[in-house]
Amino acid sequence: MAQSDILLMKGNEAIAHAAIRCGCDGYFGYPITPQSEILETLASEKPWETTGMVVLQAESEVASINMLYGGGGAGKRVMTSSSSPGIALMQEGITYLAGAEIPALIVNVQRGGPGLGTIQPSQGDYFQATRGGGNGDYQVIVLAPASVQEMADFVDKAFTLAFRYRIPVMILADGIIGQMMEKVVLPPFKPRRTEEEIRRDCPWATIGRTPDRKPNILTSLELRPEAMEQHNLHLQAKYRDIEACEVLYEEEQTADARYLIVAFGSAARIAQKAIDIMRGQDIAVGLLRPVTLWPFPTERVRQLSTQMKGILSFEINAGQMVQDIRLAVEGRTRVAHYGKMGGIVPTPDEVITAMHTEFTEL
Amino acid sequence: MTQEIIISGFGGQGVLSMGKILAYSALMEGKEVSWMPAYGPEQRGGTANVTVIVSDERISSPIVSTFDTAVILNQPSLDRFESTVKPGGTLIYDGYGISQPPRRTDITVYRIDAMDAAAELGNAKGFNMIVLGALLKVHPLVRIDNVLQALRKTLPERHHHLLPANEEALRKGMSIIEQQ
Repeated sequence: MAQSDILLMKGNEAIAHAAIRCGCDGYFGYPITPQSEILETLASEKPWETTGMVVLQAESEVASINMLYGGGGAGKRVMTSSSSPGIALMQEGITYLAGAEIPALIVNVQRGGPGLGTIQPSQGDYFQATRGGGNGDYQVIVLAPASVQEMADFVDKAFTLAFRYRIPVMILADGIIGQMMEKVVLPPFKPRRTEEEIRRDCPWATIGRTPDRKPNILTSLELRPEAMEQHNLHLQAKYRDIEACEVLYEEEQTADARYLIVAFGSAARIAQKAIDIMRGQDIAVGLLRPVTLWPFPTERVRQLSTQMKGILSFEINAGQMVQDIRLAVEGRTRVAHYGKMGGIVPTPDEVITAMHTEFTEL
Repeated sequence: MTQEIIISGFGGQGVLSMGKILAYSALMEGKEVSWMPAYGPEQRGGTANVTVIVSDERISSPIVSTFDTAVILNQPSLDRFESTVKPGGTLIYDGYGISQPPRRTDITVYRIDAMDAAAELGNAKGFNMIVLGALLKVHPLVRIDNVLQALRKTLPERHHHLLPANEEALRKGMSIIEQQ
């Protein structure tokens, strides 16, 4: 790879560039710190003049998410981005997308809550993302990038998954990954799909006049309970497929580990440094980084738990993913949580102190 | 080799830009870099700081609690970061407006009067490049010609006529350290 292909940019900027390059048809969003650079970068890049991608500053987050319903329903690769309180506003739209099985990409660059909270980084939306803040039995696929490179790489991955399963996909980042600059190699250019390609690939899409078939209707409303039950069973079967096929995680130094830190996104980066320091002190500790938060790497956590004397869930929140870890571990070993809230980001040293506090034999 | 650097001062002094130029120059030399700003409702006169890590190896945490080098451009930054320099580390500070100079004796301290030097050059906006020149004289993390190349690549073309003034400021910063 040529040196000139390596760029230095913020995670937010990387998302915007990657969207243009991976054939995104439309972005609809409303500014909010710490992710406004996504909309700003798209506005300055003017992709409507090159790829034809639409970039629209909507009147609100509620409008944005419903524009995804329309665009995604027409088989277009559409996305929005916001930060925690803005994503909270979108929850109704997200459950409608899930119910109507409309593919879409939602980026959440998290900040501290609850409420309007703070503009500083947090991972307090794990529950909102993995459990769903909207109503009904639904899931969205949740990808947790831990670097600027993954911010770029996950855009195309998210669209691929969204269309493969007709499901909303969320990239769950946070203020650290959004604001930091690192090296990044942007994905190669890929054209937007043509109308013919959409017609071929998305036979369910509402693409206007279709004389050769019955009209498609995309709705989450079904008043007949029997039909609604069948729809729910279909959705649940789809979710089981995703759980079986799409779990992603990374491990570091787990082979001989007797202690495990589980961390995602920016917390995983902080944990890496803590683990490097502890390894230097002959503490056999490793890292499991869930890349998909839903589907969660339940089976891998279960396998690893049999060799561990203790597991620390390190999250920048009050303890949310730790519940998924405990469900996987089923009491086989000790599971503790460490985290901070309110936009305070723990340092590697504090993670090490937490390990010693929770596992006093270390 | 890994250098964990904090650059801290007032908003408007060019703290974030200086960090970006440093990171970009290091990237051009094939090094690993991270640039993590303290972001917020920043404004001219408020506080601004950025953590820049330059390394030959993969960078794990972009957020650290102690630093190899602190570049300090005002009193509140000195108060906050003097204690975070690792023993044996380096602290470079601009003397302007500093009423309580650093007291650590287990680190190497350089005072540079970059604000005065910028005035001398008639280039107030060159302040951050004077500071960067001083930093690079103390720690030759990247070559000066790569810094100039980085400036060329990151500055919009309409500002390219300022490149000679930036080079002059960088060299001024280096000479301040040389004379100590």
